[in-house]
Amino acid sequence: MTFRNRWRKILSHVMLSLTGVCAVVAVSLLFVILGYLVYTGWRAIDWNFFTQTPKPPGETGGGMANAILGSLEIVLFGTIVGLPVGFMAGIYLSEFGGKTFAALVRYTADLLNGVPSIIIGIFAWSVVVKHTHQFSGMAGGFALGLILIPITARSTEQFMSTVPQTLREGALALGASRWKMIATVVVPAAYRGIATGMILGVARIAGETAPLIFTSGDNQHHSTFWNEPTLTLPLAIYLRGTAPYEDWHRQAFAAGMVLLFMVLFANVAARLVLSRGITVQK
Amino acid sequence: MTMGTANQPLPSPTSSKPVGPPAKLRAIDLNFYYGTYKALHNISLEVPTNQITALIGPSGCGKSTFLRTLNRISETIRNTRVEGQVLLDDEDVLQVDVTLLRRRVGMVFQKSNPFPKSIFDNVAYGLKVNGFRGSLAEAVEHSLKRAALWEEVKDKLQKSAYALSGGQQQRLCIARALAVDPEVLLLDEPCSALDPIATAKIEDLLFTLKDQCTIVIVTHNMQQAARVADRTGFFLLGKLIEYNTTEIIFKTPTKQETEDYITGRFG
Amino acid sequence: MATSATLRAHPGPGARSFFSRLATGDEIARLLTLAFASLILLLTVALVWQLWINSAPARHKFGLSFLVSSDWDPVNGQFGSLPFIYGTVITSALALLIAVPLGVGAAIFLAELAPPKTSSIFTFFIELLAAVPSVIYGLLAIFTLVPLMRDHVEPFLKTTLGFLPFFKGTILGVGYLTAGMILALMTLPFIISISREALLEVPTEQREAALALGATRWESTWQAVLPWARLGIFGSIFLGLARALGETMAVTMVIGNGTAISASLFAPGYTIASVIANEFAEATGDLYPSALVALGLVLFLLTIVINALARLLIIATARQGSSHP
Repeated sequence: MTFRNRWRKILSHVMLSLTGVCAVVAVSLLFVILGYLVYTGWRAIDWNFFTQTPKPPGETGGGMANAILGSLEIVLFGTIVGLPVGFMAGIYLSEFGGKTFAALVRYTADLLNGVPSIIIGIFAWSVVVKHTHQFSGMAGGFALGLILIPITARSTEQFMSTVPQTLREGALALGASRWKMIATVVVPAAYRGIATGMILGVARIAGETAPLIFTSGDNQHHSTFWNEPTLTLPLAIYLRGTAPYEDWHRQAFAAGMVLLFMVLFANVAARLVLSRGITVQK
Repeated sequence: MTMGTANQPLPSPTSSKPVGPPAKLRAIDLNFYYGTYKALHNISLEVPTNQITALIGPSGCGKSTFLRTLNRISETIRNTRVEGQVLLDDEDVLQVDVTLLRRRVGMVFQKSNPFPKSIFDNVAYGLKVNGFRGSLAEAVEHSLKRAALWEEVKDKLQKSAYALSGGQQQRLCIARALAVDPEVLLLDEPCSALDPIATAKIEDLLFTLKDQCTIVIVTHNMQQAARVADRTGFFLLGKLIEYNTTEIIFKTPTKQETEDYITGRFG
Repeated sequence: MATSATLRAHPGPGARSFFSRLATGDEIARLLTLAFASLILLLTVALVWQLWINSAPARHKFGLSFLVSSDWDPVNGQFGSLPFIYGTVITSALALLIAVPLGVGAAIFLAELAPPKTSSIFTFFIELLAAVPSVIYGLLAIFTLVPLMRDHVEPFLKTTLGFLPFFKGTILGVGYLTAGMILALMTLPFIISISREALLEVPTEQREAALALGATRWESTWQAVLPWARLGIFGSIFLGLARALGETMAVTMVIGNGTAISASLFAPGYTIASVIANEFAEATGDLYPSALVALGLVLFLLTIVINALARLLIIATARQGSSHP
């Protein structure tokens, strides 16, 4: 073997091993993150964490009950606002859309999907906060709903398009009207994918922080959703994590652990649902 | 080649005896366009009641396109246009509410397309969608018996339709179509994806059905047409070249193109 | 849709009832879903409009000089976007510099070398990384990455490469470099998963042709497979860039909040997204918030352009799939 050939072989082995290293590094990152969060946050998880509102620094026994509740309320509101709109828009794009208008809606939805969430926050601020003159859970929920709409629309459309045309024709040939065909055949055939898209979308907005900073804001206590600033879990993580108190840091890690577990659980569950197959079902 | 449009059938120049039973479906000067492309040219034919009419011809000749205008399922494709008339019992199908039309004129597709539901729900679908008031279980059983599938599935009605074999799925689709008791059954190359045994079962089925139903079947398999059909129409390049009793078409065709196709000079 | 399809030769008396029956079921469904679809258009228009009018005071006062002024002085009412554009560009560039080799490398491993099962499992975990919320990345970065940078990485860079302007200056731990690193981490999953898909699309004949000519495995990958997949990989880079531009929380938590432009990567800075996040809630008056909204407008336009480029690449990839040049 010539020197050049040996060099080429060595190079090949080295480079390919490097790629393996890259892959291992990338994958292990996930576990590093999880591990560190659990390691640091575990000690702060106790009954108080889930039931108590924050106490001033120095006092023990505080918790994040208001943040947890606030997140639930705001994500729920955002889901109610965003999911139906996105779902219906997705149905339009898949089943009724003409050429130009549908293309325009698709382009706009993709555009909205690519817009940084903080810009959506500015929009929600300008529409709600500016006129109500206060932060509110409702404003934050509105922002989250706005983020959810294009995600849901595109994923609904995507999964409904995978339903074969022959299924639609079969239903129509039996005398079903268009909307009945959509409701009783197409949507049920695609429901796994649609549900997955929805779960992933909701998990995504549950982790959003930036648009909430100046819409729903911070609150040390439980609040009324409609007209008071409402703390959310991601925002609590941000505020506690950047504060100068050690105890609050641990709370931030605990909250991070809770949030991450919820988000990952939703993601894994959704992917498992999807992988079980889309059309073959009872 | 036109037939009489009034109730009294006229003797056709290409047949040796007058057309027998009254016409269930009639196409009169039917033209069909995909956008600007003309797919069907002045098709006129009569489909007799309670008989099996086969439409044959090479790929792309328009026979499926024609079949799909009969129950207006062609409208699901954009930019299509129909000129001329299709009459169901002398009623213009283009004037009738399309969902009512499709209750009376059923369709079975080339590749079986059962819904991702149970066997029972598949057969019951047409009934539910059309507001059937009676006993679903009885109606489903009746349809499955008519489709010669009952014995094979009666113990697993709640199983997914996809658990059935290809031939069984197609018979399920036939049962599904029969459930709403159509007057006409359109079949678009129903056996093209099936093995000979499954094909034979479906052909036997058609014989038993034609007493209650008018049947129009599109097939690329000439032997199938020769086996099952009372009348056969030969399509070529969007035109109806010849239409007569199956015997005449296959034994003594009048047009050269028909003879060329039958004898396999092209296909 | 029946209404667009048929053009009857003889419109008969039944046409009236036909249309009215259509109106009861299908037409309602169509109009209802159409309304919701239009809502998406409306919301986008409203978004742009609100960004425009709420940035009006700043735009009227500064005009286009807003884009080139590096003066950010809320107290004296002077606002310029350059420091933040600079910060956004620098951190995104850093992120790509780190994430692209790492990501494409991992993608090569997953697409070319790993057995299918390992590849799927690894990809599953990597895609989960993409679902981790930004604020959690930030939280971890504050307590792990920042000390690491402050105590080990940045001093090392200063001693070895301190002659370069990038590596001079006070070491704080927070700053452009740290922000770039955490951004790299967040962009990594996207680059890996999309590049991997692009690589999987390369037909085996390409690899085999190279190998048959005596190329080593690496040469075949580098010279035959990668070029074929380059469009998809570029697409992944642009998509990663689009994400990096808009990332807010993790960056805010580690960038140090400095409003001046600095060549040193150790210096604190700001990206457009992070300055909005940090200062919007306390921005008083009329001009100050409008300057921040104007920044938002700039960021919005920037993401549109990058996303458009990404989509063009995706379209080009799809077209390439049918006929390779």
